[in-house]
Amino acid sequence: MMKYLDEFRDRELVSKLVDAIHQKSVRNIRLMEVCGGHTLAIRKYGIQHLLPSTIELLSGPGCPVCVTDRTAIDQSIAFAAMPGVIVTTYGDLIRVPGSESTLNQEKASGADVRIVYSTLDALEIARLNPDKKVVFLGIGFETTTPSSAVALSEARKQNVSNFFLFSMHKLMPPAMAGLIDQGIKIDGYIGPGHVTTIAGAGMYAPLVDKYRISVVVSGFEPVDLLQSILMLVNMNEEGRYGTEIQYKRAVTKEGNIKARELVSRIFEPADDTWRGLGIIPESGLKIRNEFSQFDAALHFNLRIKPVPEPKGCLCGEVLRGLKKPDQCGLFGKVCTPVNPIGACMVSGEGACQAYYQYR
Amino acid sequence: MCLSIPAKILSIEGTTAKASVGGAIVNASLHLVDDAVVGDYILIHTGFALQKISEEEALETIRMIKDLQNETL
Repeated sequence: MMKYLDEFRDRELVSKLVDAIHQKSVRNIRLMEVCGGHTLAIRKYGIQHLLPSTIELLSGPGCPVCVTDRTAIDQSIAFAAMPGVIVTTYGDLIRVPGSESTLNQEKASGADVRIVYSTLDALEIARLNPDKKVVFLGIGFETTTPSSAVALSEARKQNVSNFFLFSMHKLMPPAMAGLIDQGIKIDGYIGPGHVTTIAGAGMYAPLVDKYRISVVVSGFEPVDLLQSILMLVNMNEEGRYGTEIQYKRAVTKEGNIKARELVSRIFEPADDTWRGLGIIPESGLKIRNEFSQFDAALHFNLRIKPVPEPKGCLCGEVLRGLKKPDQCGLFGKVCTPVNPIGACMVSGEGACQAYYQYR
Repeated sequence: MCLSIPAKILSIEGTTAKASVGGAIVNASLHLVDDAVVGDYILIHTGFALQKISEEEALETIRMIKDLQNETL
């Protein structure tokens, strides 16, 4: 028995919700999830098969590894190729193809690339190797950024001057707005649960007001997802829009204020490039001047030439909800989880891999 | 990547909690939450406790769905 998991996988509750959705849903609507955890959970539990034909589910840009621009991957690989540098990273990033190599291949050729569980482990590696420069590859959305912020705050406190962060951190609301600006028709967002645990549901207010769209912040179990879908159906059928929280056991309007304050002390919004979506204003987080001594991008100042995406890969279209993974000619044939061509097949929560694993 | 798991705090030492995830014991940094105590359930993400889980809200969510039939059908 796993508390807070098993209750939300209950068969009886699931069937109640499914019945209610079938009864309420009349209009055709397209709902997009923008969290890789949701992509995976929807496929794993087969949520799409439980819904009426009026509801189409789309996967959006919710997998950090997938949306990380190829130039940033090349830059990460370039750090690993430098003498005297240890690159530390979450496991997700290690197999993502850059233009010529992956971090994994660099490691196999002798580069010092280490997978860590936590940013504090990376900081510890820096403390134990004062003659080396340790770069942590900071990837992820609002959920993950506070971990990087703690590491920089601790690096300053403990005076660890050989620790550097390469910030590829991104913000979710600008991407949600960007998709609508690009003309993609979305009737409601299944809002990312743990992103909002940190950032608070209040952050969607400008998006909701500007585009008159609904966001329901959802948990990750089948009962959570179905209840969120029902809430979005109700809002659409009743002609309402707004932000609602389904995942109330972990999400509030304000979020985790301590984490938010720490993040804004260390990072500031900056324009950033997303795979498939291009440059989105104020959608990335760069390290503030006060902490620039830890900024790997400034310290190493590498010039990386932008490269196009691999030929035939539709990862960019998949991330915008324009194509389903199985509409890509490479899907399941030359592009598989063992031999991924594009980033969407690399990560366990990438739409392509989630579709592949639960075909 | 934003995956976080519910875990029960078994002990706290300094800024680190030992927490049980269905019986497996993991360490969680408490840098981001101030008010966690032994016995609380927290969400753990990349080694950090992100937030305490509200038992009251969890029960309320379940209750609302159980009542669903009476309201909508």
